[in-house]
Amino acid sequence: MSARKINLTVNGEAVEAEVEARLNLADFLRQAIGLTGTHVGCEHGVCGACTVIVDGRPARACLMLAVQADGAKVETVESLGTPESLSELQQAFRDRHALQCGFCTPGMLMTIEALLRVEGSPTREEIRDVLSGNLCRCTGYQAIVDAALDAAEARRGTR
Amino acid sequence: MKAPPFTYHDPRSRDDLIGLLAELENAKLLAGGQSLVPMLNFRVVAPDHLIDINRIPDLAGIRLSANAVVLGAMTRQWDLQASADLAATAPIIREALAHVGHFQTRSRGTIGGSCCHLDPAAELPALCALFDAEFDVAGPNGARIVKVGDWFKGYLESALEEREYLQSIRLRRWPAGHGYGFSEYARRRGDFAIAGAGALLEFAEDARIRRAAIVVFGVEPGPVRLVEVEQILVGQTFSEAVLAEAAAQASALDAMADVHVSAAYRRHLAGVVTRRALTEAARPARQAV
Repeated sequence: MSARKINLTVNGEAVEAEVEARLNLADFLRQAIGLTGTHVGCEHGVCGACTVIVDGRPARACLMLAVQADGAKVETVESLGTPESLSELQQAFRDRHALQCGFCTPGMLMTIEALLRVEGSPTREEIRDVLSGNLCRCTGYQAIVDAALDAAEARRGTR
Repeated sequence: MKAPPFTYHDPRSRDDLIGLLAELENAKLLAGGQSLVPMLNFRVVAPDHLIDINRIPDLAGIRLSANAVVLGAMTRQWDLQASADLAATAPIIREALAHVGHFQTRSRGTIGGSCCHLDPAAELPALCALFDAEFDVAGPNGARIVKVGDWFKGYLESALEEREYLQSIRLRRWPAGHGYGFSEYARRRGDFAIAGAGALLEFAEDARIRRAAIVVFGVEPGPVRLVEVEQILVGQTFSEAVLAEAAAQASALDAMADVHVSAAYRRHLAGVVTRRALTEAARPARQAV
């Protein structure tokens, strides 16, 4: 057993906590600091539901230990928008009916958010490629790709 | 589906790492964690100590010299894919990386981790075989170089010894203008490949092949170079006969069978991907500049 004190930034706020070394980042976000927007599906890096952005890059929160996030800047789905004021990407998901049960949605959003930061004008094919790392069992992929394209347009100000 | 308890260490220097390797029993090194953490979560492995090498500053990086490309073991797959230098000197690497895991795993996954874990379907160890890599390893008893032919010991088993770590991988550069081709077949995008192949070709001015390298992966427990075909290719012009010979040799490998795929189907696919990779490598427009 080993516990460690960690200091990190989550959605712009400084967080200090003592964590057990084997605690993964997804469980830390959900259980230690109450950010349950990050979902836990497969816990072995396949489903993508726990995808968050760590130091600007998308990452599986179930495949990172919380201690590894010491000093890091973590962004979760809670950072995107609020129910009253959705982000462009969230609004596009709503407009396009890009979610049914919603379980995969946080991971989908954070993956597309990470993509749009490095590629402002992704093609349908590029979006499909990055979403190959996120499983949706309601099979809403077509609408999710549509929403990602809409969000990219909205962010470019061309829509 | 939660990792078993372990004692966590995060050394800040190579010396500290070597000290831990000398001292600790039943320790495991944590690189990008994209294979090891699932194994921990499944409790397939249960080390007493986990040594996280992510905070050792100088283990990552891409260095080019006249004859070689040296990749630090902790270089992330994301950074390999983004490197313009690497894309210019060894364009097959960027092409293959598109097949390595996913956008969300390449951000943390490393080349060294992949080469030490040695999944049979992994693309990066196959590229190491293609570029006649040398693995620079170190431990309490000093450093040593392992040639790629000695690196693959068996299923999920490299030549790295229990108290050693991988420092860097040295790839032999091919001349500007070489042809390259990469092909793999997986049931879904980002899945482990059932079979894959990579090919490099260097042509002389009279369009004859001066040098060839062909690797097949996902078929046997480790990547396999088709050395006989490579030798046959030298001095020839590219032809259907050459392609047929290469595909035949790939289809004669000692293919693995699993619950999804029979050995016969895997052998068939090995021939198909080898033919595709070589065909790509021979296309003049594809040759690197």
